[in-house]
Amino acid sequence: MTVAPTDKKETNMAVQALKEYKFPPADAQEKFHGAQLLYVGWDDHLMFCAPFAYCLPPNTPFSELCQKFMPHSFGYHPDWKSVDFSKVTWLKSGQPWQPDMSKTLAELGLKHKDMLRFQTPGLKGIDGSCS
Amino acid sequence: MDMNVKKKKLGLKEKYAHMTRGLDWETSYQPMDKVFPQAKFEGIKIHDWDKWEDPFRLTMDAYWKYQAEKERKLYAVLDAFAQNNGHLGITDARYLNAVKLFLTGISPLEYVAHRGFAAAGRNFPGVGPRVACLMQSVDEIRHAQTQIHAISNYNKHYDGFHDFKHMLERVWYLSVPKSFFDDAFSAGPFEWMIAIGFSFEYVLTNLLFVPFMSGAAYNGDMATVTFGFSAQSDEARHMTLGLECIKFMLEQDPDNLPIVQKWIDKWAWRGIRVLSLVGMMMDYMLPKRVMSWKEAWEIYFEQNGGALFADLARYGIKVPECLTQCSEDKEHISHQAWATFYQYGGAAAFHTWMPNDEEMDWLSAKYPNTFDKYYRARFTYWRDEAEKGNRFYSNTLPMLCQVCQIPMIFTEPGDPTTLCYRESEYEGEKYHTCSDGCQHIFDNEPEKYAQAWLPVHQIYQGNCFPEGTDPTVEGFDPLAAVLDWYHFNNGHDNLDFEGSRDQANFAAWRGMATKNT
Repeated sequence: MTVAPTDKKETNMAVQALKEYKFPPADAQEKFHGAQLLYVGWDDHLMFCAPFAYCLPPNTPFSELCQKFMPHSFGYHPDWKSVDFSKVTWLKSGQPWQPDMSKTLAELGLKHKDMLRFQTPGLKGIDGSCS
Repeated sequence: MDMNVKKKKLGLKEKYAHMTRGLDWETSYQPMDKVFPQAKFEGIKIHDWDKWEDPFRLTMDAYWKYQAEKERKLYAVLDAFAQNNGHLGITDARYLNAVKLFLTGISPLEYVAHRGFAAAGRNFPGVGPRVACLMQSVDEIRHAQTQIHAISNYNKHYDGFHDFKHMLERVWYLSVPKSFFDDAFSAGPFEWMIAIGFSFEYVLTNLLFVPFMSGAAYNGDMATVTFGFSAQSDEARHMTLGLECIKFMLEQDPDNLPIVQKWIDKWAWRGIRVLSLVGMMMDYMLPKRVMSWKEAWEIYFEQNGGALFADLARYGIKVPECLTQCSEDKEHISHQAWATFYQYGGAAAFHTWMPNDEEMDWLSAKYPNTFDKYYRARFTYWRDEAEKGNRFYSNTLPMLCQVCQIPMIFTEPGDPTTLCYRESEYEGEKYHTCSDGCQHIFDNEPEKYAQAWLPVHQIYQGNCFPEGTDPTVEGFDPLAAVLDWYHFNNGHDNLDFEGSRDQANFAAWRGMATKNT
């Protein structure tokens, strides 16, 4: 089941407060020392209880994410060695998305706190339990 | 001869009236609105504070007398427990981890509740609720103290009990209960009363208290059981206060209904998310189980809570919409939460482990629809790998929900093999939540949750290392630095129960107590 992102509705100030209620967001990109957050989850592999949070410079090549960072995080899973990146399908915020491995996060238009999911057809986790 | 006429003793009702009414006055140097600045900004309209009825009619003098008696008994039992090495009477050293969770995750909140009720008492212009809040405030600080005293005995012998206060402000999973109370405390006094007085103390308290205290009784922990008995009579009063408060608001003005409903929706969901920790405690951390989380949910929420909402229906209160998915979630959340702590067990101040065969069979029997289908293969795989020396510890930080601050571990309603992803945008920034419930809470007050102190993001910002740490040096180990900043004793407080110092010590000491060699 895919989840459509929420409508970007106009949000008025809703907090009831005694004074003006205006504070900077705690996780604005400038607080990450030149890096940005990127979340990556592997569908049908709930052995990893939640998507992972990466903190990477925007000029990180997407191939480096796939060949260096993700193997470190997901490599424990027995399905990992069967992952073929040429067949992987991706979702960004729940919508189909096509990365170019040679490009950087910035060139691919990936923004701070973007959410990616990847799907590996044919791989269904431990004993097919989506674990 | 003068007759010695005995003064007539006041009846309970008169005494209550004298000691809880007419204690205040209309100020003349300052307008009342300035003396009680928080009374109106939330939009709740109160026309007659004297309509407040406290069914307990407890007065302060009686309060001190009862509480002193109870505490004398409690401390006598705690002394006996300590002197007789009561800690060796528990079922199994794994049980201690449930106590660690309670001490680090719950006891500090009793202290925050003390502060919150003191503030609510200060801010309500009506004297009836002020007196009731005062008593609850004193209850809560007593509970914090008695819990700390009851549990401190374990700190002499076992790991992970040594610095709960420091940990609450820092540790990733303790940010879940901490943010719950911070959220409530930073609202106005009326929302506080719905959040803590009603949702937490009335709707959810049995799901928190009964599992821990029955768990203690089933597992031979007399210190915690005695504390539980001592607190129980206070809890009954807290529940009554919460219910009285919501009825009072609803009876005072029809305009209060939508505000109260919004708060109930929000706080029921926030409370349920915090209770995921209790669910895993019941199903996984108690060597001798009381009942399953699912059974507890059915008794204490579906039956008792159902009756409560039926009662509140006459005021126009509806069961929060987000609760409809709970009848499905009750089959999953305890397994999902335990799987999370198991894989992040390198960064928890208690031990984790995989259930043995007999325990897995118990789980299958209690969760016939879900355990074998979704969880057994995963847990068996992990256990087998651990036996081969390849115990699973996740090495990358998880994505967290912006509202409940739990990692994004919960699955989509109707699809337990797919994680639930929700995304909102506020002032050009993305925010992710774990459920419709948390997303609605975010969307209603985005400016509040945009400030959330999310442990994972704070680590990545470099705010969670000991002072003077240079993360740019060669070979920097961020996890070790974070654990140091948490005040974890790396290698003793964390990791698997199997091979832990707690396991070895308990076995050795119990052996000395029960054998001659």
